[in-house]
Amino acid sequence: MLLPAVFAASFALAQASADKTAADKRRSGYQDMGAALQKMQDDDTANPGMLFVQLGQQLWAKPAGAANKACADCHSLADMKGVAARYPAMAKDGDKPIDLEGRVRLCRTVNQQAEPLAPESRELLSLAAFVANQSRGLPIAPPDDPRLAPFRAQGAAIYQRRQGQLNLSCAICHDDNAGKKLAGVTIPEAHPTGYPLYRLEWQALGSLKRRLRNCLIGIRAEAYPSDAVEYVALEIYLMDRARGMVFESPGVRP
Amino acid sequence: MPGTKEAKKEATKEGTTRRTFIAGAALVSVLPLSPARATPQAMAAAIKEVVGDNAILEGRVTLDLPPLIENGNTVPVTVSVESPMSEADHVKAIHVFNEKNPQPHVFDVRLSPRNGKAVVATRIKLGDSQKIVAIAETSKGEFFSASADVIVTLAACLEDLT
Amino acid sequence: MTQVLINAPKTAKKGEVIELKALILHPMETGFRPGTNGRLIPRNIIERFAASWNGNEIFRMEFSPAIAANPFVSFFAVATEGGKITFRWTGDEGFAVEESVAIDVA
Repeated sequence: MLLPAVFAASFALAQASADKTAADKRRSGYQDMGAALQKMQDDDTANPGMLFVQLGQQLWAKPAGAANKACADCHSLADMKGVAARYPAMAKDGDKPIDLEGRVRLCRTVNQQAEPLAPESRELLSLAAFVANQSRGLPIAPPDDPRLAPFRAQGAAIYQRRQGQLNLSCAICHDDNAGKKLAGVTIPEAHPTGYPLYRLEWQALGSLKRRLRNCLIGIRAEAYPSDAVEYVALEIYLMDRARGMVFESPGVRP
Repeated sequence: MPGTKEAKKEATKEGTTRRTFIAGAALVSVLPLSPARATPQAMAAAIKEVVGDNAILEGRVTLDLPPLIENGNTVPVTVSVESPMSEADHVKAIHVFNEKNPQPHVFDVRLSPRNGKAVVATRIKLGDSQKIVAIAETSKGEFFSASADVIVTLAACLEDLT
Repeated sequence: MTQVLINAPKTAKKGEVIELKALILHPMETGFRPGTNGRLIPRNIIERFAASWNGNEIFRMEFSPAIAANPFVSFFAVATEGGKITFRWTGDEGFAVEESVAIDVA
């Protein structure tokens, strides 16, 4: 497989361990970016996402809530390695899957007994980015939990279903027309390899949920409410679709 | 897949129309507050303020920008100037201008022999495809310049503002 | 909590030209952009970035609203003597942040 030199250099090790075969033609959005943006992602002091990772690291050690406990009081950082590469997962004792941000929010209210973190807030994204960063370079590895299967199927169905005023499905853009141009932009294959990621369009870090919502609005469909299970179902499907690809968070994307 | 192509065309057209509308709306609301919107003329005037009546020489300056800009919100730019950076002959300042953002100034940098190399990199916003000009001022009172024409692509799917 | 990331070598040879990189969390709101209510969001930018080496200014940059959000700057300096390199950002709404790194020069 011919890869740009920068990509080959920065991901060579991870690629080897990610069980990628020569036949794997899947492309991360990273590979569709120009050299300048790839360089921005690769350099930890140039990647704006790392500002949020650093903030997340501070929040990780800061006690919060009635329990007056910090994340670090319960979790060793070493245990966080690989977590983001296998989320979403079933919530403990729950009947619904949650994504990484959902897991952080749950910990916050149940274990720390603190005020909930607002969806898409800087604090939540920073904590998620810090945890996600511990999995950078690992292959995406969704769990083989049979309870996730119906949600994965739901996600796959949403992915294939035409919706919105433009009557487009995810698949029409990201499977059938990936690699082609839409308004001068290369349509990516929609592999969630870098979330939470720093999107230049947002000028901020954002979650996969924000990206999905953005796509729904793009096809003039009604976005789901922020706590809708549909988003998590789509995430489960997309992570399964990207199984084995290298996890990159915090990614940089245009 | 019949219908797909049509829908896609529509998406492109819609996206552009909406972006143009937003840009237009911004322009209308900005104008009363900021009559001096950058234009090629405004850029020339801003350059004149820095350079005065001195000649602007070609060469020595390299202005490095991606040829195709994937998002105008954050555009990596590097300005390098060939100079011995000695007490007798060094780059004192680098000025960067644009012709279509609301204001012609992008940034100004002061340098001295202490910098060793006259190279500075940063990230800028570019509202549209346009010409960028970098001017280096030397300790000998000379001005060197380089320019670049950049193409800024617009995002296909815009997020709503709410 | 203002976040800053500095990339500077911890050691350098005397006379060596080293690269210094600095990244800071800041919205760089241009003042030209309407908010959701249709009114312009007030300008809030960093106006100046400066670096000093043991108290002597070695680099200064004036920003305009055209500098991207979360500004990144890279520049060079001659390593003259060991000590402290200080980076300072100042701007609208009383913004003032300073961050220093130590460097050994042999």
